[in-house]
Amino acid sequence: MNAAAAEARIALVGNPNCGKTALFNRLTGSRQKVANYAGVTVERKEGRFTTPGGRSFRVLDLPGAYSFDAASPDEAITRDICRGAFPGEAAPDVLVCVVDATNLRLHLRFVLEVRRLGRPMIVAVNLMDAARRRGIAIDLPLLARELGVPVVETVAVRRGGAAALVDCLDAHGAIAPAAADGASHDLHAEVRRLLSLAVRMPTRTAAIDDAIDRVVLHPLLGLLLLAAVMFAVFQAVFAWAAPLQDLVSAGVGALGERVSAWMPEGPLRSLVGDGVFGGLGTVLEFLPQILILFLFILALEESGYLPRAAFLLDRLMDGAGLSGRSFIPLLSSFACAIPGIMATRSIQDPRDRLATILVAPLMTCSARLPVYTLLIGAFVPRREVAGWFNLQGLVLFALYLAGIASALLVSWVMKRARRRDGEHALLLELPSWRLPHWRDLAIGLWERARIFLRRVTTIILALTVLLWFLSSFPAPPDGATGAAIDHSFAGMIGHAIQPLFAPLGFGWEICIALLPGLAAREVAVSALGTVYALQAASDDALSAQLSGIVASEWSIATGLSLLVWYIYAPMCLSTIAVIKRETNGWKHAGIATAYLFALAWLAAFATYQVASWVFG
Amino acid sequence: MKAILIWVPTLRLSDLQVGQGGTVRHVDDHSAADAIARRLRDLGFVAGETVRLVARGPFGREPLLVQVGFTRFALRAAEAARVRVSQDPA
Repeated sequence: MNAAAAEARIALVGNPNCGKTALFNRLTGSRQKVANYAGVTVERKEGRFTTPGGRSFRVLDLPGAYSFDAASPDEAITRDICRGAFPGEAAPDVLVCVVDATNLRLHLRFVLEVRRLGRPMIVAVNLMDAARRRGIAIDLPLLARELGVPVVETVAVRRGGAAALVDCLDAHGAIAPAAADGASHDLHAEVRRLLSLAVRMPTRTAAIDDAIDRVVLHPLLGLLLLAAVMFAVFQAVFAWAAPLQDLVSAGVGALGERVSAWMPEGPLRSLVGDGVFGGLGTVLEFLPQILILFLFILALEESGYLPRAAFLLDRLMDGAGLSGRSFIPLLSSFACAIPGIMATRSIQDPRDRLATILVAPLMTCSARLPVYTLLIGAFVPRREVAGWFNLQGLVLFALYLAGIASALLVSWVMKRARRRDGEHALLLELPSWRLPHWRDLAIGLWERARIFLRRVTTIILALTVLLWFLSSFPAPPDGATGAAIDHSFAGMIGHAIQPLFAPLGFGWEICIALLPGLAAREVAVSALGTVYALQAASDDALSAQLSGIVASEWSIATGLSLLVWYIYAPMCLSTIAVIKRETNGWKHAGIATAYLFALAWLAAFATYQVASWVFG
Repeated sequence: MKAILIWVPTLRLSDLQVGQGGTVRHVDDHSAADAIARRLRDLGFVAGETVRLVARGPFGREPLLVQVGFTRFALRAAEAARVRVSQDPA
């Protein structure tokens, strides 16, 4: 057999929650490639493996689908690829239809739908370990005879758990069912017939699921538990990540110094030292936070908790024009809106998804924290309130709440504007509880890290270099006084846009700092440091010095106005780029930018005017 | 022989009490090509299938947690109202 013919393409299809991705991970290990299908933002996961018999396979992990009567872009892709009708994707040689052994009533129907295609297929009955624990007995040979295709058992989370599937592929391959078999058959009736023939099931649900759900979905206990889980996630993201973040920034800083020390004095050295390493360092610092957040999200998702959180919050979020499914993306957006917006892919309703994408930037991402810390330190007195609260902490909390409240308000207004545009379905499956497997968590985390790093090394790097150029050139003329940045293009732009921001109380220094903040919001702090020509050993020391200067140079009204501006802060180019990518066009990226800018301007304007009047 | 028509009183799935079970009679289409009704049928809400209302969401009466077959789904009231069930004897 020659090499080209030897590599067969197989596709894993199945209902959501059938353990398909775990089986994919078991087959291919870390030899995976994650990309998008051409023209749509549905994730395309492909991997390779070689059987002991020496045959090599390319495996496609198709999005989960309940039916070929597609209700989401994901399901449409699965349908089109299985039929060989997706442009640019060859039809798979073998369809491996994965079913959950404990949920055959639902999953066998889809198997029958796949069988109607008449393509070579194998049925993999997955989660056989869980089925045995529940006393479920499945007569696989009988099922295979009735279906007319090979049926094998798999336990994706166990070493060697895919052996039967691999052997089957190795030995005789897949068998195409008799074509056009019973096209008019009632699939549900056929499923019932198969179940009564080949499956013995003592109970309909697992006792453990019922017991856990009684607590987790309890109207009061469930909400308390959800609050506790969210608190724990936040605590971990902000407390555990801090030492790792220091490590990353110190590492990148040291590497930058090492590299620039080799280079001759000049603009190139400044580009590498300040532009590339300085700029990337500030963004890479968020990698630990993003990874810890995603570890929690993946674990909660694999265990089956997230759909339950969506169940608890759906009524609340539906009232605000979102959906229970919006909860996960919005939670991610507290670390960074970019992974949050990417996570909206799990929302099937396109309008709910769009609403979630548009309000995700209002969640207070961690890049705003350095700005908040600086301004609160400078303008809010450290005072006890009501015994044990600290006024500064309360202001920070209020800023977070203001972001959430604005998001709910904006989505509510969008819901009103759309009027009655048909129903928004929930139809959310609450799968059985499962213990997440470390291997699936690790692979998922590695994928997130890779996506983030790819973005950092492409778009964010390009923007950082551009902004470095704008703030470094032209160099100040000989004998010039003041900060060098004041004479640069960034300085010119800062002066030019200052009239627009004068009603908000922003001086030209702030306007200049807003520009580098376009690449990453927290860069605004170091830009202010540059504007005030400060030299400091570390960012913390810079922040402390800057706090004093800002407090003496700006009015309270200006400080508060800038704080409020950053609640909305439309100036994050990476977020806008991601919105453009995920919505396939500039329209919604433009809408998001425009409404965030308008809100930021109006809210800061109101704050400045009121504060000027109150504080004189 | 004359066909014997037995009238079975049906109610909407959304009207069941928590913990109550029933048997699906049919799923109403709310429009000509009701995608939600089609999806409900695909998920197993078909005549003869037993269902049970397991729980309701904490804010008001929505969403509903419904057991059908071996699977549990969260449905909004409007979705559950499409499913007509005959109540099981208590």
